[in-house]
Amino acid sequence: MEIKKGIAVSPGISIGKCLVIDAEDYRIPRRSIKASQRMMEVQRARNAFLAAIEELMALESQQDQVEQSKIKDIFAVHLRFLRDRSLRKRVTDMIHTESVTAEFAVSAALREIALHFTRVKDAYISERAADIYDIERRLLRQLLGSKREDIEHLTEEVVVVARQISPTQTAGFNRDFVKGIASDAGGRTGHAAIVARSLGIPAVVGLEDFTEAVNGGDTVIIDGNRGIVIAKPDEATIAEYENYSNEFLQMEQRLDAIREKPAVTRDGVHIVMLGNIEFPDEAELVLEKGGEGIGLYRTEFLYLGSEQEPTEQDHYEAYAETIKVFKERPVIIRTMDLGADKYTQDKRFVREPNPFLGLRSIRFCLRNLTLFKTQLRAILRASVLGSVKVMFPLISNVQELMQAKLILRDVMEDLDDVSIAYNRDIDVGIMIETPSAALTAATLARDVNFFSIGTNDLTQYTLAVDRGNEMVSTLYSPVDPAVLRLIRTVIQDAHKEQIDLSVCGEVASEPEYVMLMLGMGVRKLSLAPPMIPEIKQIIRSVTMEDCNAVARRALGMNSERQIATYLRNAAREVLPEAF
Amino acid sequence: MQPEDQTLDQVVFEIEIQISNADGLHMRPAMQFVDLASKFDCEITVSNDQASVDGKSIMEMSMLAATCGTKLKVRAEGADAAEAVEAIRELVEVKKFDEPAPPEKK
Repeated sequence: MEIKKGIAVSPGISIGKCLVIDAEDYRIPRRSIKASQRMMEVQRARNAFLAAIEELMALESQQDQVEQSKIKDIFAVHLRFLRDRSLRKRVTDMIHTESVTAEFAVSAALREIALHFTRVKDAYISERAADIYDIERRLLRQLLGSKREDIEHLTEEVVVVARQISPTQTAGFNRDFVKGIASDAGGRTGHAAIVARSLGIPAVVGLEDFTEAVNGGDTVIIDGNRGIVIAKPDEATIAEYENYSNEFLQMEQRLDAIREKPAVTRDGVHIVMLGNIEFPDEAELVLEKGGEGIGLYRTEFLYLGSEQEPTEQDHYEAYAETIKVFKERPVIIRTMDLGADKYTQDKRFVREPNPFLGLRSIRFCLRNLTLFKTQLRAILRASVLGSVKVMFPLISNVQELMQAKLILRDVMEDLDDVSIAYNRDIDVGIMIETPSAALTAATLARDVNFFSIGTNDLTQYTLAVDRGNEMVSTLYSPVDPAVLRLIRTVIQDAHKEQIDLSVCGEVASEPEYVMLMLGMGVRKLSLAPPMIPEIKQIIRSVTMEDCNAVARRALGMNSERQIATYLRNAAREVLPEAF
Repeated sequence: MQPEDQTLDQVVFEIEIQISNADGLHMRPAMQFVDLASKFDCEITVSNDQASVDGKSIMEMSMLAATCGTKLKVRAEGADAAEAVEAIRELVEVKKFDEPAPPEKK
């Protein structure tokens, strides 16, 4: 059994036999072979090379009539590759030393070469990777013959495991049979993510080397709710997930009914439910699930989606699309929050020894004013389209806030100069996600219209725990007494200054923590859209009195374990079927 | 061009060449290079500052990813080494793989 954590990009649970596909639709068996089979595999590889040469020569001779020198050149190059002793040696050496099948050796060797090309800066040379993939395909066709399986001709349900999924491949997905997607590459903005959501199948991406961990046909669990994949699960795990999956489905159906109903506690307190979204196409989902606006519009996809920095127009169009959906309902746009965990370490930022404590997020923006102003300008322009608010992430002191606001004002003046309309009274807010911001919330509150507590980072910074590091991740808990005290401070200070407050971290979508948050005074939750109905159901099942009691008890406790256990039990009492 | 070492039939020649066609040593030039090198019996090794590769292997040659302006060392070892390096120099620097040179810088 192997468990890997990736990024959950499409919710749901899927358990099934996996189909491992590479970039070109072929299924590559990643099987190890016995030592005694190695000679046979080497022979298979040799035969494949010979057969591929023959095939190519036949093709080449057909081209004779036409004077297509380009094509002939390509064939000629491919032929030389197929005859190349160094290349053949790489393949046969791999079969010998690593005891793998000919298919796998061919694929691995050629992909390594292709990768080498893609890393070359010269575009002309890097594009030659395509030739290498072509050669790989030719060889694999020989090796796999009729065993070749492509995803268009599935006859049984599978979960697809791939390095990366291309648009062409997904176009060919047979929706009746593809039940989940796991990919090594990709972020929330990747193609796999978008497709999986539109197909309504669970998907986890950014798994790095998951394709190496599975063989075609292995059972794989894809947990698109928690961003976990499990290869070769044991029986107990399968059983556990089958239950979970069934419950999830039943729950989904039950919750359908609740979507239209308001999020009001039994004693009549209205809780505002907002959605956290990543891209414009999720906006509809928020409404569908019963959200009343966007509490956190992450804008990083604009920066991660392409090699070029997004233009003002790119920003504007993305915002306009979302705002259109929400009309007068609030849309809180968070300015660029890149750095640390967001994959940009290689791409745009200098590597830092301590990225989470480094130049990320608002700090990065304040040092890259052109980039920052481009985004602010687009947000301001979009502010006339609806009820737009702007939110700065990772504020850790009042100077940063002042600086950010000053820049916002600069941009406003620039817009005045060219007579472009914007909402002069746009609400400005900040994320409270560092202990320093939480502790100085009283000061910060005087200069903003709202706070949004980002419990994920707040927990990590308060407890000095990297939740991604499995050696310490058990120490990570948003209901640790230290974190709760900070959250309480922030809520009290926000109330004193009478500014808006919402919670947008994972705490907001955790059924067990809902009562606690309400009891602590939170009246706005912003969460992943698929979780809205479930949390709403909990809200509709509790009274404020229950919640206050729960919060009082929990805040009086001294250990995280005690608090977590207490909250779980309290939640079970209210809504047994949710747990 | 001086032979570095000379025994009966063990001749070694080493020259430095500069890739001077605009698109560099992409597939077709690499193919021409390898085809030419393969006509000779001597061993031909081509190096840049990072790697040394077999001049008769298209895979290895193209992986050098030599762009226009790149300098490469060509080392030939064997009876016909002198002819080999001369022929290679001609292909790369004189004929420039029959490809256009980069546009003149103003």
